[in-house]
Amino acid sequence: MKDFILPPLNDRDMGTPTKQGAPITLTIDGFAVTVPEGTSVMRAAAEAGLQIPKLCASDNLEAFGSCRLCVVEIEGRRGTPASCTTPVVEGMVVRTQTQHIKKIRKGVMELYISDHPLDCLTCAANNDCELQDMAGMVGLRDVRYIAPANAPLANHFMRQNTSGEANPQWLPKDETNPYFTYDPAKCIVCSRCVRACEEVQGTFALTIEGRGFDSRVSFGAKTDTALASDCVSCGACVQACPTGTLQENSVIELGTPERAVVTTCAYCGVGCSFKAELNGDELVRMVPYKNGKANRGHSCVKGRFAYGYANHKDRILNPMIRDQITDPWREVSWTEAMEFTATRLRALQAKYGQKSIGVITSSRCTNEETYLVQKLARAVFGNNNTDTCARVCHSPTGYGLGQTFGTSAGTQDFDSVEHTDVVIVIGANPTDGHPVFASRLKKRMRKGAKLIVIDPRRIDLVKSAHIKAAHHLPLRPGTNVAVVTALSHVIVTEGLMDEAFIRDRCDWDEFQDYAAFVSDLRHSPEATALLTGVDANELRAAARLFATGGNGAIYYGLGVTEHSQGSTTVMAIANLAMLTGNIGRNGVGVNPLRGQNNVQGSCDMGSFPHELPGYRHVKFPEVRKIYEDAWGITIDPEPGLRIPNMLDAAVDGTFKGLYCQGEDILQSDPDTKHVAAGLAAMECVIVHDLFLNETANYAHVFLPGSSFLEKDGTFTNAERRINRVRKVMAPKNGYGDWEVTQLLANAMNGNWTYTHPSQIMDEIAATTPSFAGVNYDMLDAKGSVQWPCNDDNPDGTPLMHVDGFVRGKGRFIVTEYIATDEKTGPRFPLLLTTGRILSQYNVGAQTRRTDNVIWHDQDLLEIHPHDAEVRGVKDGDYIKLASRSGETTLRATITDRVSPGVVYTTFHHPDTQANVITTDFTDWATNCPEYKVTAVQVSPSNGPTEWQTDYNTQAEQSRRILPAAE
Amino acid sequence: MSPEKMVYMTNQIATYFKTQADPDRAGKIADHLSDFWEPRMLEKLYAHVDSGGAGMDPLVVEAAQRVRRAKAA
Ligand code: SF4
Ligand code: SF4
Ligand code: SF4
Ligand code: FES
Repeated sequence: MKDFILPPLNDRDMGTPTKQGAPITLTIDGFAVTVPEGTSVMRAAAEAGLQIPKLCASDNLEAFGSCRLCVVEIEGRRGTPASCTTPVVEGMVVRTQTQHIKKIRKGVMELYISDHPLDCLTCAANNDCELQDMAGMVGLRDVRYIAPANAPLANHFMRQNTSGEANPQWLPKDETNPYFTYDPAKCIVCSRCVRACEEVQGTFALTIEGRGFDSRVSFGAKTDTALASDCVSCGACVQACPTGTLQENSVIELGTPERAVVTTCAYCGVGCSFKAELNGDELVRMVPYKNGKANRGHSCVKGRFAYGYANHKDRILNPMIRDQITDPWREVSWTEAMEFTATRLRALQAKYGQKSIGVITSSRCTNEETYLVQKLARAVFGNNNTDTCARVCHSPTGYGLGQTFGTSAGTQDFDSVEHTDVVIVIGANPTDGHPVFASRLKKRMRKGAKLIVIDPRRIDLVKSAHIKAAHHLPLRPGTNVAVVTALSHVIVTEGLMDEAFIRDRCDWDEFQDYAAFVSDLRHSPEATALLTGVDANELRAAARLFATGGNGAIYYGLGVTEHSQGSTTVMAIANLAMLTGNIGRNGVGVNPLRGQNNVQGSCDMGSFPHELPGYRHVKFPEVRKIYEDAWGITIDPEPGLRIPNMLDAAVDGTFKGLYCQGEDILQSDPDTKHVAAGLAAMECVIVHDLFLNETANYAHVFLPGSSFLEKDGTFTNAERRINRVRKVMAPKNGYGDWEVTQLLANAMNGNWTYTHPSQIMDEIAATTPSFAGVNYDMLDAKGSVQWPCNDDNPDGTPLMHVDGFVRGKGRFIVTEYIATDEKTGPRFPLLLTTGRILSQYNVGAQTRRTDNVIWHDQDLLEIHPHDAEVRGVKDGDYIKLASRSGETTLRATITDRVSPGVVYTTFHHPDTQANVITTDFTDWATNCPEYKVTAVQVSPSNGPTEWQTDYNTQAEQSRRILPAAE
Repeated sequence: MSPEKMVYMTNQIATYFKTQADPDRAGKIADHLSDFWEPRMLEKLYAHVDSGGAGMDPLVVEAAQRVRRAKAA
């Protein structure tokens, strides 16, 4: 096995942000240095390797100039300017260490320290405190100002004076947030936290209250605690704080970490890079990594803080088996578990045929693990029955973008948003689903970019602190195609399209057909308004803005794909981008926001039943040959079963065994009763996961999984960026997930011999042209890379379709609106749509097992006041939610964020079982389920439905574990 | 998969291709079925077509026959 040398962590704080501009040369302490125009003297010094003392500056914030510790002398200028706020000038001569300056700095530090407790040794920030560092650096040796012994105390840190009188300036700690503590006694009022919350996160939860000696950091109103405030617990302020004032609770509890490993968040598709900071193998904290190209040093509450699930008591560490799902579980050795499983699977194949078993790969596992699971199906099971949970989220993206552009790839990197002028966000809620991207988008909006939101709900981006969408089109769920086509109608009929781009880059004849289609009056906003509920004038204005407002970018999520016309909407979006010439450069593009961390990767790795890795159809003999040669087997040229088809086939009795890695289909897939029936009909269900998830209620084998901290590998984020996941501790269950799949393959005579995930990546690179240039040494050297990465693009591909579309000419496709058959009527008059919330992730298996539950301890039904009133529903009431598929109960929250006629809920909690309600309608092209539209009725209720009670009884029965045999 | 569900799914595909200006819509449907449908699903489709194709769009019936011929070849 190979040892990998970690790249040196170069994440020194340069003091002020980097700038772009003409080169300027100056001299600092006798060294010549050249930096871009607009750079501060402080940063120029840092570039030259000289550190100027500083407290209020940080390179992710605009300079503020309040502490005056960073003063310098500049030849020919009077006084001592602050180096953080002074831009460089050609020929400038700067001195950073004169007697005069040193004296000023000592004076500044002396003042700070006189109002700061001197309990460094017992402070959680000891050895990780910039105030300490600066006191050392300026050579502070004594503090002459001493507060008078009796009241009034001229400090903020003593609770009472020596006579026991309370100090009115002293404030107690705020410990309401589960992850960090605010201790006002240590604050030096540098306002870095306030600026981080504004500039980096964009939430504006913090302010400085009062003036001069009375100024304090505050969470909004005086009475607000951290928890009650607008704070979303992203941690940016904690990271920015130079002292121990804002401090992670984990550091308070465990001490300061001594080593750091760069790795990738395992939650959402943004794919933030983090430094996992540890003592030994104990994880102390996760800090967003400045050089991470997706997140640029920012994070959200999930990646930053919600990693405690890896140590949760519910985690299963030993393999378990049982003959029938009505039996209790029996803990066994890995060998016994593998023999049991292999024997059963082979027996099923002998009895019911080679195609009677299959796999589901996970979008949470690494590329290497996913690759092995599909290889297990293709090479060891000998069939193409492999699918992934991407089926239920982004499969229409694959189809739709494949048809129009020639590849399912999102077109941009996240940095692109910094160059965009008009953004359409459709069917996505980035502040909750993709928080770090949302922060970057909000930052761009504060600089003047315009936003158009197309969503049934008034999501936070429509209006929040210091941002406001130019247009919100609150459409009826299910009418995406009509709305996007109407946007194109306006653009074409008003002649706003980019004809030069279309002539140059697209098929002109197809465009003619498309233009004729879309110009028809029935696609006008006026004609479709009744259907979509969108104001025609507003829609026209939005279309004009997008067509004429400069660089236009479209970001979309599952609100686009999870519909019976999901694929058609994706094509409509692609049309809109081509129509306006918004493809192939920075600041534009079609950007699918992928849900889970490795949705992109799991699709790339050949998880779909009709495609080998790299999106190559199994029908092509030349593609099959590559793998047949590499694996020494033959590959079935016919496509395998997709997840809904597997369940149908199971009910029919022709599909009998399933290996399901890191996926909880019973909770996450629609029409729970149908999924349960499918699973119950199988004879060998293998669940490979951290916890006994809901699907495991129907499983015969449970293989314990490992967390992302316990294995090496790669994740590919929504911008096609391949990021390294690094093992920071040994797997608690004994094996990384790739090793478990290998054990199973070998128990079935697979003869696999991987000893490190890097070898799996080498195999991927050798067989998949778009990955040809990828290997671990290269990723360690470059940090990350966006595929395609091969001889043509050795550094990867940040932007797609730059000189031409992958398929050659871009293809316009006619997108006729076809109403879903899921229709409201007298029995089910409301439309239910679903989504998620910031603090929870997907089915919640991980986040529910962390302190994040403090923000969201149950799923709630959002309902408009009018709809609530006519049903006699009050805020907080238990209600029954019923559809044609089933019914469940949950509590209602009354809000006008949803329009009348629309209700909304999340699906993070198994008790709610929101998917009992959703139907089995699917996208016409890909069978992606229609989660986002269900006709429902809401009525008052007193408690759980019969289904919920039965379900919980079954779940409880099924989770019994026998004590281990002696 | 119940016959109703299969008929529903195939008609959904046909409905899409009927919106496209293509001289050979049945061919497009056939390609789609051939690319994405697993053999046992196709078998069910053929069986339904053989027994009269009740409820099925005529384009689907034609497409099914073309897929069957192509795969047999
Ligand atoms: S945690 Fe984030 S949102 Fe909360 S106050 Fe700090 S920067 Fe603002
Ligand atoms: S809490 Fe920290 S970052 Fe904020 S003003 Fe006080 S010392 Fe500065
Ligand atoms: S959940 Fe997403 S946005 Fe949050 S830290 Fe992880 S990758 Fe970043
Ligand atoms: S660092 Fe420049 S004034 Fe504070």
